[in-house]
Amino acid sequence: MMNRRNFLKKAAAASAMAAAATMIPGILFASDQVDEKLSGNISWTKAPCRFCGVGCGILVGTQNGKAVAVKGDPNSSVNKGLLCVKGYHQIMCTSSADRLTKPLVKKNGKYVETSMEEALDFVASKMKETIEKHGKDSVAMYTSGQSTIPEGYVASKFMKGAIGTNNLDCNARLCMASAVAGFLTTFGADEPMGCYEDIEHANVFVLWGNNMAEMHPVLFSRMLDNRLTRKNVKIIDLATRTTRTSKAADKSILFTPQGDLAIANAICYEIINSGWANQSFIEKHTVFSKGKTNIGYGTEDKFAFKDQAEPIDFEQYKTFLEDYRPDKVEALTGVSAKDIKYLASLYGDPNLKVVSYWCMGMNQHTRGTWINNLVYNIHLLTGKISQPGNGPFSLTGQPSACGTAREVGTFTHKLPKGVVTNKENRELAAKIWKVPYENIPDKPTYHATEMFRAVDRGDIKFIWTQVTNPLVSLPKTSRYRPAMEKESCFVVVSDVFPTPTSDVADVILPAAWHVEKSGMYGNSERRTQYWDQMVEAPGEAMPDAWMTIEIAKRMGYGDLFPYSKENHHEEIYNEYRQFHVGKKHNMAPLEVLKKESGAIWPYIEETGKSTQWRFNSKYDPACNQEKEFDFYGKPNGKAIIWQRPYEPAPEMPDNEYPFWLNTGRVIEHWHTGSMTRRIPVLHQAVPNAYVELHPDDAKQMGIRNKENVKVISRRGTTVLPASINERGMPTKGQVFVPFFDESMMINDVTLDAFCPISKEPDYKKCAVRIEKA
Amino acid sequence: MPIKSYIAFPQANKKTQLIKVLESTTHCEVTPSINKDVLVLVTDTENDQQEEELQRVLDNIEELEHLNLVSGFSDNASIEKRKSNQ
Repeated sequence: MMNRRNFLKKAAAASAMAAAATMIPGILFASDQVDEKLSGNISWTKAPCRFCGVGCGILVGTQNGKAVAVKGDPNSSVNKGLLCVKGYHQIMCTSSADRLTKPLVKKNGKYVETSMEEALDFVASKMKETIEKHGKDSVAMYTSGQSTIPEGYVASKFMKGAIGTNNLDCNARLCMASAVAGFLTTFGADEPMGCYEDIEHANVFVLWGNNMAEMHPVLFSRMLDNRLTRKNVKIIDLATRTTRTSKAADKSILFTPQGDLAIANAICYEIINSGWANQSFIEKHTVFSKGKTNIGYGTEDKFAFKDQAEPIDFEQYKTFLEDYRPDKVEALTGVSAKDIKYLASLYGDPNLKVVSYWCMGMNQHTRGTWINNLVYNIHLLTGKISQPGNGPFSLTGQPSACGTAREVGTFTHKLPKGVVTNKENRELAAKIWKVPYENIPDKPTYHATEMFRAVDRGDIKFIWTQVTNPLVSLPKTSRYRPAMEKESCFVVVSDVFPTPTSDVADVILPAAWHVEKSGMYGNSERRTQYWDQMVEAPGEAMPDAWMTIEIAKRMGYGDLFPYSKENHHEEIYNEYRQFHVGKKHNMAPLEVLKKESGAIWPYIEETGKSTQWRFNSKYDPACNQEKEFDFYGKPNGKAIIWQRPYEPAPEMPDNEYPFWLNTGRVIEHWHTGSMTRRIPVLHQAVPNAYVELHPDDAKQMGIRNKENVKVISRRGTTVLPASINERGMPTKGQVFVPFFDESMMINDVTLDAFCPISKEPDYKKCAVRIEKA
Repeated sequence: MPIKSYIAFPQANKKTQLIKVLESTTHCEVTPSINKDVLVLVTDTENDQQEEELQRVLDNIEELEHLNLVSGFSDNASIEKRKSNQ
């Protein structure tokens, strides 16, 4: 019989053995030792990891109704048994002493515990009353790339189908919208064409502003493992800051913020002028276009922009690229012509397979759609796309940014299939949802930033946030926190833990965590993964999907939500699958997802196989089989090579604010830290945020390591300890701050400028000054 | 009270000696790798005083090059994050 303490010791040993295996490939422990550590009366159940968009398979150990351990799932092709430090410790947050277990309703400025029935009645009555007084566009929901597929689906059906407003957006707007807009404008179809198996085939990995060693550590381990075991594998880190990734890379190339636009064009110039362009591929599978220029930055309320494509030809495109000759962009980008030519030579060498990876560096960018387009240009010019080991690959930050936000469509402009502006897409949604077609408005309303501006203006009078913490994660929280505190808006927050967002709520609804409910996530490689509920949620906490259904029922929409409490996740998934019927996006049946460690769409039911490389007729049955490649998202089957220029950032360093501010994450913490800061080992590893300075800048200002300094912008100020020559090092004239720490609010300082096409904010570039605190 | 696990790296050619030292150290359990110069160390202390004492002992083991903390469990596990922020 194993007691709890012995069990914890064995779990601790098992974690260390597994961690050692990730650090030291090939390490072995005697099998009897491993078996002994992992044995005991524990039941192991598969799930995807709760945290990042890699979507590692985990096995969760449960004993006596409690989740007690996590290990990597060796059957998952994503991580092959590996996990990162967050993955191993994820379940430890659930036992945090300040877990939300009872609904809290604010009465006379104080939170009072109520029953869930009473809280749901109150929320439904407030929402109904607000609609009656101010119209359906006065209420909004703001959800998450961490919502499960059923949670996102019922939120969309509730807001767009039942109430009839497009006031639904999600935090994936803050991380993936530029990737979506990039895919749609270039290929007419969202999400990467390749898969993680590309890592085993590629010779060159070019990381565009992507610190994979910390943000996608398991994929980075796979990459390092390949470099160890195969000849001719290189990792190139192209970034604005020296990180752990730079140190592990074969070559680190540092560029000036915003310079990536010019670098990508310069690579294309060099590819064409060196004769490395794949003319046959270009002629058969691409066309050229240009869009509007000087497109603005969205810093003003109610900013509107619509791009307009204009066809051009190859010669016009070549002429445009003359401005981006490598030696001409050296000063602008901070990258030598030699390094740009080197990058072009890697992409251009027909004997090398190249994958480009990126995440927030390219997406959180006021020209995010453009830089996504430009990296696609490189792969389209060389024909290195949609083949094993060749392709552009945008990695996601959240576990279901793809599965829920992008595929279910929890953005204001989206539907589970297509967009609200498309009549056929609205008709299909109305048919499946069993609502009148006229219910679904044909115009998008508020994207994330504009949604919170509307709260500030008083246009939105009721907002419900689920599975997200916007008052830490939004840019320019110095505006949006006071906005959410205004009495003009009734705020409902569903969450697992108290956060700065729940601090301003009128009602807090306690939510079930990951393995306390069943669900599905969709990861970066189009893989949908299912898990079963493994333990009971504490107190009255319940799945977010069921909260939405209960509110919908109370508002009179019960007929549209006829799901059972016990099995709603399955019933919802089966309804949702109807949207994607067909060769191009078929989702795997539930029975397959229950059995396997996920399946990649389009799923081919005849063969029981995932489609690993889209748009290539050798692998993808949805292609016109008479062509080698078919970019079937576009009516003519051809991808677009976009002419997109360099344009400067909206706010550049000047005499008053002489530093660039870049923000991001650390390996130990997940986003705003509401979970990982409640995991003792992770919290102790990085207990607070800090500001990284270049040593020369620190010396010039007389700032010592750990000394408190103020980071000041035109929006706000925060005080953090200096970090000099520690984990990462920004270039001179730049500082970096991680955003996980709610007590050192760097987003009070950031700017809410966004890409006019994708509406994704830029968290990587604004101007600040540094002072000793 | 805390149960912690570490990956322990011995000084060059000192793996065997390090195993012996750790095996004879109170509150320590050792699981050596069979093919690399690496050990897994699990520590189990009853209170903060014992934990601090053990850390002092570990700091002074000559055969030990360094320790990587992997996990920490506590029967009263809860980071009072918000409290620490105030």
